Amino acid sequence: MRRLAVPALVAVLAVALVGLLVFGVLQTTDDRSLKDAIAAGRKPAAHDAALPQLDGDGTRRLADFRGGLVVVNFFASWCEPCEDEAPILAGLQRELERREAGTVVGVAVDDASDDTRRFVRRHGLAFPILRDVDRELANAYRVTGLPETYVIDGDGRIVAGQTGVITQRWVDARVGPLLEAATAGAR
Amino acid sequence: MSRPLPPRVAPAAALARALGALALALAALALAAPAAPGATPKTDLKTIEDQVMCVVCRTPLSVADGPQAAAQRRLIARWIAQGMSEQEIKDALVAEYGERVLALPDDDGFALAAYLVPIAVVAGALVLAAVALPRWRRRARAAAAAPGPAAAPELTAADARRLDEELRRFDG
Repeated sequence: MRRLAVPALVAVLAVALVGLLVFGVLQTTDDRSLKDAIAAGRKPAAHDAALPQLDGDGTRRLADFRGGLVVVNFFASWCEPCEDEAPILAGLQRELERREAGTVVGVAVDDASDDTRRFVRRHGLAFPILRDVDRELANAYRVTGLPETYVIDGDGRIVAGQTGVITQRWVDARVGPLLEAATAGAR
Repeated sequence: MSRPLPPRVAPAAALARALGALALALAALALAAPAAPGATPKTDLKTIEDQVMCVVCRTPLSVADGPQAAAQRRLIARWIAQGMSEQEIKDALVAEYGERVLALPDDDGFALAAYLVPIAVVAGALVLAAVALPRWRRRARAAAAAPGPAAAPELTAADARRLDEELRRFDG
């Protein structure tokens, strides 16, 4: 029995080490379950978090903007593709406002507030900007790169998503019908 | 012969031009003014870089490259120029980027292992030593107290003779 004690201890330690490695690999593996669910049209429930506003006191949640479409855009001022899509988002916000069909919500990730402000001014963005300082919302949406965009319907369900830069074609194809539906529903 | 008069300047335009000149002069003065006593650098970029992470690349800022690392360096350089201390800059970085900007592992998820594994290893080693050391000492004491190896039995006269013969044959 005593002779087995040391090999047993070594075996337990080896198993614990392997377990730790497996856990680590699983933790760092990109979880695509949300993206897959959106792609499969399953409309997963939108994640939410109370985040500080870029300008203004207090925090706001995505649920605060519910009622119409909420286009959540994760971005940063240092992200070059974010520069490319900013005019498209500005145009989309104008369209959403014109139709009273919702809003774009920018979520600045890994970005200093002054840099974000300059970015917002440079592109004339007129939609609410929240600061995800601790990556709370970005992690919930499994954001691994910037930009990423999600469209949430009036029921708080994610109906479209884009990993990487959005184009006007994407907006027309994925947000356009939702806008039409929202506008028709409001009539 | 009369010289043409210079074009008349409207009073409002003259006022605007004077205000513009004043603004320019003030801006020039602000740029040329020596740094305020509070703006004396209290730390340097290298010191801060060694203690913080590039929040996107997840590597120390001192070795990080890319647009986010550049943005962080610009921010830190600006704060250094404003005379902020090392701790003030680190606190401000946490306010901008969260706790993960500090070059310490996270205390949740898999990163928690960075804290727990060394503790577990040291605790395991201590337990092992506490169990094994007394046992080894007991064994060593017992070995010291035991009599020496038993003396080889003496050969009988016949065996001695046979051994001598064998050896002679072997040598011969």
